[in-house]
Amino acid sequence: MTEITKTRKHRSGDVQGSGHLAALLVSPTFLVLALVAGYPVIAALRDSLYQRGQGLDSQGFVIQGDKFVGLKNYTAIFSGDSGTQFWNAFWNTTFFTVTTVAIETVLGVIMALVMHRAFRGRGLVRASILVPWAIPTAVSGLLWRWVFQSDGIANAVIGHQVLWTTEGFHAKLAVIIADTWKTAPFVGLLVLAGLQTIPSEVYEAARVDGAGAWQAFWRITLPLVKPVLLVAVLFRLLDVLRMFDLPFVLIGERKKSVETLTMLAYDEATNLRYGPAAAYATILFIYVAIVAYAFVKLLGADIIGDMRQRHPAATKRVKKPALVRQEVTA
Amino acid sequence: MTTATAPRAPRTARGGRRRTGQVLSYAGMAIVALYCLLPFYWMIVSAFRRPEDQFDNAPIPSPWSTRNFSAVFKPDVGFGRSLLNSLVVAGITTVLVLLVGTFTAYALARLTFRFKNLVLGVIIATSMFPTISLIVPLLKLFSDISWINTYQAMILPTMSFALPLAVWNLTAFFRQMPFELEYAAMVDGCTRGQAFRKIIVPLAAPGVFTTAILTFIAAWNEFLIALTMVNKKSMQTATVAISKFTGAYGFDQPFGTQMAAGVVVTVPLVIVVLVAQRRIIAGLTAGGVK
Repeated sequence: MTEITKTRKHRSGDVQGSGHLAALLVSPTFLVLALVAGYPVIAALRDSLYQRGQGLDSQGFVIQGDKFVGLKNYTAIFSGDSGTQFWNAFWNTTFFTVTTVAIETVLGVIMALVMHRAFRGRGLVRASILVPWAIPTAVSGLLWRWVFQSDGIANAVIGHQVLWTTEGFHAKLAVIIADTWKTAPFVGLLVLAGLQTIPSEVYEAARVDGAGAWQAFWRITLPLVKPVLLVAVLFRLLDVLRMFDLPFVLIGERKKSVETLTMLAYDEATNLRYGPAAAYATILFIYVAIVAYAFVKLLGADIIGDMRQRHPAATKRVKKPALVRQEVTA
Repeated sequence: MTTATAPRAPRTARGGRRRTGQVLSYAGMAIVALYCLLPFYWMIVSAFRRPEDQFDNAPIPSPWSTRNFSAVFKPDVGFGRSLLNSLVVAGITTVLVLLVGTFTAYALARLTFRFKNLVLGVIIATSMFPTISLIVPLLKLFSDISWINTYQAMILPTMSFALPLAVWNLTAFFRQMPFELEYAAMVDGCTRGQAFRKIIVPLAAPGVFTTAILTFIAAWNEFLIALTMVNKKSMQTATVAISKFTGAYGFDQPFGTQMAAGVVVTVPLVIVVLVAQRRIIAGLTAGGVK
């Protein structure tokens, strides 16, 4: 497959004017994305260098007139009280990202293996896996808040009184559990799709060569699902880095133990401190970009994957994507 | 398992192991299903309890009651309006995104052109933008032009992640359609546009439908944008409204009502998802991207 990707010859005579047509068809999407995503990101960068004029007018409206303050919003973030707040949110975000993604990946792979091994009833389990995914995160936050209530079912099951939704490490734990519940099955679904592309002959050959189940997993399964797993993990990472709904609903606003960078920026923005809010948002954006870059460049996560342009004739001959999809839907 | 009855000792052992494996597999499946369904079950059960039995931890409500549901739809709660708002925001977002995205996805799946991988990269990168870094400047902008508490203030930012999602899914679906049919139509005298309308569109309908479901669910479940851009109760979407329900006794959180509202918001989605299960899984796993 890699060799096909590399021999990317341009077929000049494919269809006349195909480039113009492509530009015509692609431009609306780019126009919309430039307006709703490109402009805001640049505006956030600009806003982060300004501070609004202090004070409100008699009707409570903001007095217009931002003043340029250079990097003052950023330096303020890293010092004093807001520094403590920022680093707390930064570490919370990082902590949630590392722990939830690690747990979800392990659980997801286990779930995928279970489903892959299934003799019957795979459809039922696959259907149930979609349930946590379909529930809005805000609703799942409420659901878990109810489960973790002081006299709720979680405490009844463990036979111990834990005030889950109050400040403290248990609040972090509650968020991790709730997030894992919602997204581990989703990782499992993606990994299952990857598992189904591994031909069974590979395992048979390994068995003939005397490989045990454990060896087969580490030497065959894991390396072969790695591309799918990397992309799934990357998307989970980016999702958790911008986490907001779950801690916001499950634990609450301005709770030190679970406040993430997005929550901090939200809090600043809704209090009309756009400059600092934009600075927080920009830092988060850079953080996300670094993680994505590292994953794509260092670990080789291929996010474009099968969509990558190659020779049309080669696409037809290889048929790999079609095979993947059929087996998944089967 | 015929191997189990075979006389030779090693084969019997393997057959036994296989039977153990089967039992383990069923147990594993049951655990996965319970893991996914139990919390959801708890939401439904809690919704159907009487408010006075709220803290009863019995697995089945006794007696069953729909009083939590009547509480959700009491006129002063305005939850019907919130559902309508969600429907409008998610519906319009879906339609707009499909209108714009279908053409782009067609180009990405079918045409050979320079910078295609770059285009794909930019689209997928956009879907990675943290929502908050779009919301902060947009909140400022929308406040300035008095767009706060409007549908467009929720729809436009939602498109920023719904559009890449839709383009990606549609491209994956379009790539699987038989190339040859399009060429055949063009050989028979159709222009590229006609081939698109008469051959590709009908063939693509299932993929577009699945993408519509996925986009709609993503927009329907959106929380941060709807929370930020609206401060008027009558414009709140359902997810925001539920999180802001207040109890009859002030500080108490009305969990029963919230669970009932959660059921109202979630169950239609779950039914759609289960009905279109196979297509949705195909869409979700397309290119390994959500």
